[in-house]
Formats: sequence, C-alpha cells, structure tokens
Amino acid sequence: MAGAQETVPNDRKPSSMRAIGGRLFETVGPYSVIVGIIVLWEASAQWGDIDPFLLPAFSTVMSRFFADLFSGKMLMNAGLTLWRALTAFGIAGLLGVTLGILMARTVPVRWFFDPIVSIGLPAPKIALLPIFMLWFGLFDAAKIMMVAFSASFQIIATTWAATRAVEKELIWSARSLGATDRQLLWQVILPAALPQILTGLQIALPICMIVVLVTEMVMGGEGLGSAMLRASRFADSPGVFSGILSIGIAGFLVIKSLEIVRRRLLSWHQEVAQDRATV
Amino acid sequence: MIFPVIVPVSLSDCGSTQMALVLRRYSPLLLIVIVWEAVTRGGLIDELFLPMFSDVVIAFWEILQEDLLYHVGRSVARGFTALACAIVFGASIGVLMAWYKPVRILVKPVIQCFYPMPKSALIPLAIIWIGLGDASKITLIFIGCLLPVVVSAFNAARGVDEVLIWSARSMGATEGEVLREIVVPAALPEILHGVRVALALSFILMVSSELIIANDGIGFLIGFLGEGGDFKGMFACAITIASIGFCADRLYLYVSGRILSWQE
Repeated sequence: MAGAQETVPNDRKPSSMRAIGGRLFETVGPYSVIVGIIVLWEASAQWGDIDPFLLPAFSTVMSRFFADLFSGKMLMNAGLTLWRALTAFGIAGLLGVTLGILMARTVPVRWFFDPIVSIGLPAPKIALLPIFMLWFGLFDAAKIMMVAFSASFQIIATTWAATRAVEKELIWSARSLGATDRQLLWQVILPAALPQILTGLQIALPICMIVVLVTEMVMGGEGLGSAMLRASRFADSPGVFSGILSIGIAGFLVIKSLEIVRRRLLSWHQEVAQDRATV
Repeated sequence: MIFPVIVPVSLSDCGSTQMALVLRRYSPLLLIVIVWEAVTRGGLIDELFLPMFSDVVIAFWEILQEDLLYHVGRSVARGFTALACAIVFGASIGVLMAWYKPVRILVKPVIQCFYPMPKSALIPLAIIWIGLGDASKITLIFIGCLLPVVVSAFNAARGVDEVLIWSARSMGATEGEVLREIVVPAALPEILHGVRVALALSFILMVSSELIIANDGIGFLIGFLGEGGDFKGMFACAITIASIGFCADRLYLYVSGRILSWQE
C-alpha cells in the first residue's frame, strides 16, 4: 500500500506550492466530500423542488434521530437488534470453528459435512426463513437461529480451509517433541489458523447484521429492522432515514470492534505491523 | 482463500470412477434424505412440522407445472441485471480509485461510510423511493453488490506489481495502455474474488427483498406458500432456490476458471 503512491502518474516532481496544495487536498478532501453531500442534501430539500416525503431535509432527519435517541426507543431497539445479531454470531462462531477444526482433523466428520457445506455455503439460507418461523415461532429463538444458521457455513468453511493449510512441519515438530492432542490443538493448530479464522468471522459478522434486519422486517416485533419497516409502511420518511442512520452507526461500531479484537489477538503476527487497509 | 474452492475431484481417465467418486462424496445427503423420509413416515415428527420428503418432491412437481419457472425467471433476471451492473461499475470505480489519486480522495470517504452498513437496511428506503416494482429490487441488489466489488478491485489494482508497470512504461506504453493491458489483467483474480462475494450477497438480498416487498419472484412464492399453510410447497421452493444458488456458484467457478486459464 505504501508503494502505490509512486504509481500515480500525476505525482511528477511537484513544485513546493503544488505540494502544499496537494497535501491540503489530501487532508481536507475526504471531509469536504461528506460535508458537501450533506450541504447539497439540505439545500436541495430546503430550496429545491423535492417532495419532502422522498427526501426529508437533513436537519429534519437529525432532529428526528436525536428525538428517538433521547426517548430511549432507539436505544432499546438497537440493543435488541445487536443482542440478537451478536448472540447468533457467538453461536455460529463456536459451532463453526469447532466443526471446521473437526472436519479438518477427523475423516468421518469430513465425510458427512463436506457435501453439506459445499452446497450450503453458496445457497441463500435466508430462503429458509419461513421454515424457521414454522419451527421456532416468531420470537427471538427463530430470529437468532436463522441468523446463526446463515452465518455458520461461512465460518465452518474458512476454519476448515485454515486448519487444513496449517503447515505439516509445525504439526510434525510438535508431535516429535511429545505434544499431546490437546496441546497440539491449543498451542499449534489454533494459533496458526487464527488469522484466517478471524477473516472468516469478519465476513460472517456483516452477514449476521444483514440477516438480523431481514428477520426483524419479516417477523415484526421490536428491533431496528421492524421499526424501520413500520416507519416506511406509515410513510414516515424521517423515521426511515433516522433508522438507516442508526443501523449504519450500529454496523460501523460492531465491525470496527471486531477489527480491534483482531488486532489484539494477532498482536504477535506480522500482519499487524504492516499497514493494512480495510477499504 | 475466503471461499475455499470445493470442487469434485476430477479424474480424466474414465467416467464411471468419477461417477462413483461423486456419488460417494454426496452420499451423506442421500443419508439425510432417507432419515428425513423414515422419521416423518414413521410418525416421529408431526407432518405439520416437517412434511415427508416424497410429498415435497410431489409438491415440487406440481408447482413446476404451475408457475415455479415464472417466479424463478423473474428472480434470476433481477439478480443477474443488478449483479452485472454492479460488476461493471464497481470494477471501474475500484480501478480508477487506485489509479487516480483525486478519485481516491473524493470517493473513498463515501465508500468508507457505506461499507459497514448492512445493506438490507435500505429495503424500506427502496420502497419509499422507487416503489414496489422491479426497479427497487434491482437498485437494492446493485447497491449491495457494488461495494464488495469496488473494494476488491481497489485493493487488487493497488497491489499490481510495479515492475510490470515500469517495464510497460519504459517500452513506451501510454497511460491508457498500461491501465488496459497491465493493471486490469493483473488485478483480475482478486476482482473475481470480490465478484464471488457479491454473487452470494445478491442471492441473499434478492430473496429477502422479495420476501418483504414483491408480488412475484421466488422469495415471494416462498412467503406466499408459507402464509397459506402449504408447507410442502414452501420446502420445495426453498430447496429450489438453494440449489439455484449452488448452481450459480458452480457456474461462477467455471467461468472464472475460463477467464483465468492463462494463469498458473
């Protein structure tokens, strides 16, 4: 990533004035884009000829957002949604990592689950939502099961691939030094496979967020997803926009926290030392 | 790396051993179906809870003769249109971001803002803006699939070996030629990874948007049959769409294998 700047053709020995201008553009540019979009949004909603139902002004959306926030309604909904998503993520993670490692280490488990995972991974699991409603009802159990089911295939598949890719020499050396199975698992295989397992979890977490919102929209009840769909059904567009804002913030927080966890867990790994761009 | 490629072992010598291998590989599925049938037929599980497998097959045949193909066609048409647009736009935006610094500075913050957002949150907005028709679902799938493609194209184009670019320049290639002949082919494998993520996302978004807002499409059909209490039909449709997703992924593997056949 550091080398990419040199490939940019516009950077040919700039004079000092141009260098200062360029650096100013680099630091101010990103913020000015966001500010520009917001100003354009507000201006077009205030003075432009746009139906406020289609695009409520930014100020209206913000006042609605803070009203919902301070009334406690939004926090409750966000808490419920996050609780469902993270519980399901935890279940899927535990199940997925266990199964993935078992698949890589034992033949019968691999024989049984290999076709299931290879078919289940690319299939849209959300299509089974009505079946989950039939089996588990309309409440938290069904939502959490659906989310966990959707996310677990990804985790199983990446963990399986990660464990298979652990260098044979590492395992052999540990064995020859007299490591037991348990030591082998906790001290060799898991640490060696951890970076890829975490990548799998980082793919699964956004899936959890997407699916939890869909289950809430379809099944109703409380939560950010159903609150938004209700707002949309009542043609309450400030409510929809403030819902999108709150979901965006929730998604951002959850995904950033997982990145921090990754950096913590892999502090011994060389990738942390490198400057890793997520976007 | 992200999606481990699990392809049946291909043997070139003779067809029958390959057949046997595939059969052995997928035998657990057969086992599941047999247990399913035995458990429901034996009355261990109520039929309202889990219909018999044979009944599901019969229901599938009945729906197939009615309107299954129509709904599947509508869904696949939507998903394919949106995905194709997302790949074309996303790959161009990503490569341009990596190549031109001003584009990167101006576009990156927008992408950083929208990347962590769960795209299903846009379903209610799509209803308000575009209504209940085809366009709202296509837009939704397009937006959802766009960002993974942009990000993978951006990372891929940045990671292109600079020696390749320098040698092309030193041999007198213009900027456009370097972009077209060096950067895009070198970035292609990683871009295709992003396309696979987008493919899986497009199916999720397609089915879920149809479950919530639609009057045709396979997601609508599943919801409709489920609400009407026709659970056999619902199981049949769910299995159908799951297999279509699987087939689409295999098709992707085949096509990307062809595209990258020049690679080692």
